[in-house]
Amino acid sequence: MIISIASGKGGTGKTTVATNLAFSLGKNVQIMDCDVEEPNSHLFLKPEIRERQAVIAPIPLINEFKCSYCKKCMEICRFGAIAVVGKKIITFPELCHSCGGCMAVCPEDAILENDRELGEIETGSIGDISFIHGRLKVGQVMSPPIIKKIRTLADKQMVNIIDAPPGTSCPVIAAMKGADFVLLVTEPTPFGLHDLTLAVETIKILNIPHGIVINRAGLGNNDVKEYAKKEGIPILMEIPFDKKIAQVYSRGELIVEKIPEYKDKFLDLFDQIKNLVNNLAKSPVKDIADKGAATK
Amino acid sequence: MKIAITSKGRDLDSEVDPRFGRAAFILIIETDTIEFEVIDNSKNANSFKGAGIQAAASISDKNAKVLLTGFCGPNAFKTLDAANIKVVSDVAGNIRDVINNFNEGKFSFINAANVAGHW
Repeated sequence: MIISIASGKGGTGKTTVATNLAFSLGKNVQIMDCDVEEPNSHLFLKPEIRERQAVIAPIPLINEFKCSYCKKCMEICRFGAIAVVGKKIITFPELCHSCGGCMAVCPEDAILENDRELGEIETGSIGDISFIHGRLKVGQVMSPPIIKKIRTLADKQMVNIIDAPPGTSCPVIAAMKGADFVLLVTEPTPFGLHDLTLAVETIKILNIPHGIVINRAGLGNNDVKEYAKKEGIPILMEIPFDKKIAQVYSRGELIVEKIPEYKDKFLDLFDQIKNLVNNLAKSPVKDIADKGAATK
Repeated sequence: MKIAITSKGRDLDSEVDPRFGRAAFILIIETDTIEFEVIDNSKNANSFKGAGIQAAASISDKNAKVLLTGFCGPNAFKTLDAANIKVVSDVAGNIRDVINNFNEGKFSFINAANVAGHW
């Protein structure tokens, strides 16, 4: 099973929920931190890292001796990563999405693949919990290939918990697409609700079952609950706006370790998700997935 | 000599469009005769990425030697530089006045982008 933990708004508590859920389950669970621009699950879980691998993506390398300046490569690139001006050809590696289109259409065989390192993936464990996270290299901007690479390491025998990046753009799609369930962490504020709405609209297009966790419950107003009721989205857990929780968090500790009664609450959260996923699997759902949800 | 000016409209009485890659139109003007050709840039204006690069390539195809515009980003500048097109930035006002000022040598060329790129 794959549970993707997303939010829309940043700083709502995705990592808090992901790490505490993983730690409560304790075994047959794998945490996959896909917030590769700022991964921080490791700060709470303190895993032992055993392996590192670079994430490589090809960029075009032009052989100007062979190039006939026909512009076919420039025409096929929707990101403007190659320009032909007169008898010159220039590339913009930072715009390249590594699709290979330019190499495929070049009639002169003048384009070769050159490797570019986008970032790295580290794997390890905390006790019986498997740990994976990705890290985008400073100066690079293309995070979806790193997220997709992490996702290839999902283990069908385990519960895979994805800590997604905030927002609703390509990296978030890469961290949610194909998940069995998306858990949306929000806070009961106008800002939280606004971005939650955007996230829900995105998930509807991806057609993934979803539920809400309200973090810092007690703060703000009741609008998130009313929205959830109107949309028919279950609220699976509320984490109160509590000084003790904030202190535990700010020391980089896990709530379930320091305030043990939360372990049952997180296990209950998991049971609810499992039931929702199993019930949906029994009743056939109309397939509207992939309705134009392009990823970078 | 042919020069390119980014324009909000299709004629010489239009205002300069301060954007380069996403300008509404680009006028290619022969400075001696003031004869001009209009590039409709609307397709490029809505492009996903690399608008400045594409616009630079299209004015290079028209053999423009100078670009007069408001803002020019780093990728556009790099492409224009490769095409040996000189750039005047921070240009504003009526196209006809800009041509006159250019012919009187009132502008100087920039040697780097005058705005940062955006993602």
